[in-house]
Amino acid sequence: MAKKNKKEITLDLSSDWGLAPAPESTSHIKLKKKYDLFIGGKFVKPKSGKYFDTINPATEEVLAQIAEADDKDVDLAVKSARKAYDNVWSKLSGKERGKYIYRIARLIQERAREFSVIESLDGGKTIRESRDIDIPLAAAHFFYHAGWADKLEYAFPNRKPEALGVVGQITPWNFPMLMIAWKIAPALATGNTVVLKPAETTSLTALKLAELFQDAGLPDGVVNIVTGHGTTGSHIVNHPDVNKVAFTGSTGVGKIIMKAIAGTNKKSTMELGGKAANIIMEDAPLDQAVEGVINGIFFNQGHVCCAGSRLYIQESVYPIVMRKLKDRMQALVVGDPMDKNTDIGAINSKKQLDTIKNYIKLGKAEGAEMYQPKCNLPKKGYWVPPTLFTNVAQSSTIAKEEIFGPVLAIQTFRTIDEVINKANNTPYGLSAGVWSDKGSKVFNLTSQMKAGVVWANTYNKFDPTSPFGGYKESGHGREGGMQGLEAYLKFD
Amino acid sequence: MAKQDYSLSPKIDQVGILDRVARITARSIKNESKMQGLMMALNMIDLTTLEGADTDEKVKQLCYKAVHLHDSIPNLPTTAAVCVYPNFVKTAVKALKGSNVKVASVATAFPSGHSSREIKLMDTKIAVDNGAHEVDMVISRGKFHSGEYNFVHDEIAAIKEACGKARLKVILETGELGTFDKVRRASDIAMDAGADFIKTSTGKIKPAATLPVTLVMLEAIKDHYYNTGRMVGMKPAGGISNSKLALQYLIMVKETLGGQWLTNEWFRFGASSLANDVLMQIAKQNSGNYQSKDYFSID
Repeated sequence: MAKKNKKEITLDLSSDWGLAPAPESTSHIKLKKKYDLFIGGKFVKPKSGKYFDTINPATEEVLAQIAEADDKDVDLAVKSARKAYDNVWSKLSGKERGKYIYRIARLIQERAREFSVIESLDGGKTIRESRDIDIPLAAAHFFYHAGWADKLEYAFPNRKPEALGVVGQITPWNFPMLMIAWKIAPALATGNTVVLKPAETTSLTALKLAELFQDAGLPDGVVNIVTGHGTTGSHIVNHPDVNKVAFTGSTGVGKIIMKAIAGTNKKSTMELGGKAANIIMEDAPLDQAVEGVINGIFFNQGHVCCAGSRLYIQESVYPIVMRKLKDRMQALVVGDPMDKNTDIGAINSKKQLDTIKNYIKLGKAEGAEMYQPKCNLPKKGYWVPPTLFTNVAQSSTIAKEEIFGPVLAIQTFRTIDEVINKANNTPYGLSAGVWSDKGSKVFNLTSQMKAGVVWANTYNKFDPTSPFGGYKESGHGREGGMQGLEAYLKFD
Repeated sequence: MAKQDYSLSPKIDQVGILDRVARITARSIKNESKMQGLMMALNMIDLTTLEGADTDEKVKQLCYKAVHLHDSIPNLPTTAAVCVYPNFVKTAVKALKGSNVKVASVATAFPSGHSSREIKLMDTKIAVDNGAHEVDMVISRGKFHSGEYNFVHDEIAAIKEACGKARLKVILETGELGTFDKVRRASDIAMDAGADFIKTSTGKIKPAATLPVTLVMLEAIKDHYYNTGRMVGMKPAGGISNSKLALQYLIMVKETLGGQWLTNEWFRFGASSLANDVLMQIAKQNSGNYQSKDYFSID
């Protein structure tokens, strides 16, 4: 019943009527016990002879063993990519390249369920997201770029676009398959051949994709996949016969790569960290803004470089927004990534779990107030409940550094100028979000955000036609759209 | 106290509403949750007949169905209410005597609402005097669109007074309002004027109830509750004819307002054909097979 005393008014968002487990079936997928390197169109044993385990972060069970590529393996991969470039791929017309890419896109769609299940098993992300976002978007990137393959002359009129040659690509663990699509699709469409290293905690979908390339009849050596840790990546970066390095990952590693390729002819695109501001003006549609904040920070457990991890709320609506945010968080389901109802899955690795926990500890030590809704976390596996921090200063560590987890740092502001200054006061500049019902305010704010991607009244929306990339220490170069094609081409 | 300026009601972003609805419809409701949800849905139905062709006999049959949904399945709940035109209230009250099923009557020149205040009040009073437990009124959409919010507010307040102990459901006819902003505004007016329930539609206009419109109204109810401490019920009506959709509505209520609202005191479905689809699903959950439609009576 309604409570008369105003202070006691709360919603009881729990209910006897719960959601029964609705697990996605995993019986249809086939995983090998051991995965070798994919070089020259074949799976070959690593020269190093070494393998490492890849585990399911939700259960800590070993899924498979993955080969560790050393410098000799990488050299072999680059040689095979060069051979494929010289003898096959550079001789094909754009139209013929496009056919292969279309075929890859269609095969991904056909096997979407298999890929999404493996993505969720290996990376801890929810099946809802891998099924509805990661895999369909990955296919969309191949479709989009397939269309460009024979139209490059039209995309860049009178500029004679030419492929670069062999490109080295290093992808992160947060969107394994999607980031691979972002890298491989434009590289192939523009006529390059590829040596790619997926992140060490999430190699499986890359290797399944290698099997798919075989089925698609992609000529041997056009895409080579070498698995391993950071040193494997450094062998790609430092290989003299690589013409370009495309990297998505942390700003720290990005800086190391840029130093390593300084003074060489290698081109580069860097898609690095972020600490995006999400700004709620007092005239915003508040319930929808709250939904956007939830999507902005808790999407993929906050393992998103463009996550809206700094929330700025105009002071007049601060209490209402906080109340709505906390109510909404109570309805989030945290747990088994394979359950179709799970909103927040497992943290990708033990290492990342420790990082996030350290930041949470630090936030509390620095005097910020923490809020976490009640949730029953599984005993095994790596978990962090959705977390808010209020009473945060612009100089608090949790407001400055990228946490890459489901942790939101909240501040208030009074004037527009104040929030613009605070939002831009960061070494990063990847993305930002603005919430207001007033068009002029939206245009003013979005045009003043120093960030590569700015969303208005929505957040975390992606499309292959839209270029993505950062300002400042969030990187350089764009992926997606025509701008993304340019990053894989040279011009007369 | 100064009158509220309803043009300042919170604004609604359509893209955001649709995004949230997409999250809700992606929920997977299985096994015991499904069974529990289906039982709950049955118990929340206002079994409705609002046709020119209605007869005393048809209303009586509907009342029997409300109490005896499908006797071959044991332990089924009754529906929440039957909903009829005012001239059938007496018949319904008599037929439902001794049961927990309420009698709801539409009133106020349903469905168009084009009539004078006097006639609307009289319409309401006759329904209540004849024993209706609940009154489903329509707002004056013309006045609402022309910005006469105080008129709409005062009319609802007057009808509420005429209802006495009967609970008042206020039909916004969202299919005629045009935007989510206006749905929110009309919801705020109705709740401030004393509505016990806000209801989407008469069922005579398309679109009738939709998930997005219902979400906008549930969020208005939530804000009203936080502002005043008063719970207001929600009734989507029209166009909800299958179990899956009904369960999605219930998930929306659960995640927006919580368990307090998941009873027929605070949530109703206005529907004529939903009950049979829910019954078919319950029979399927029990037996493992779908049965022919012919095993379920049409009333």
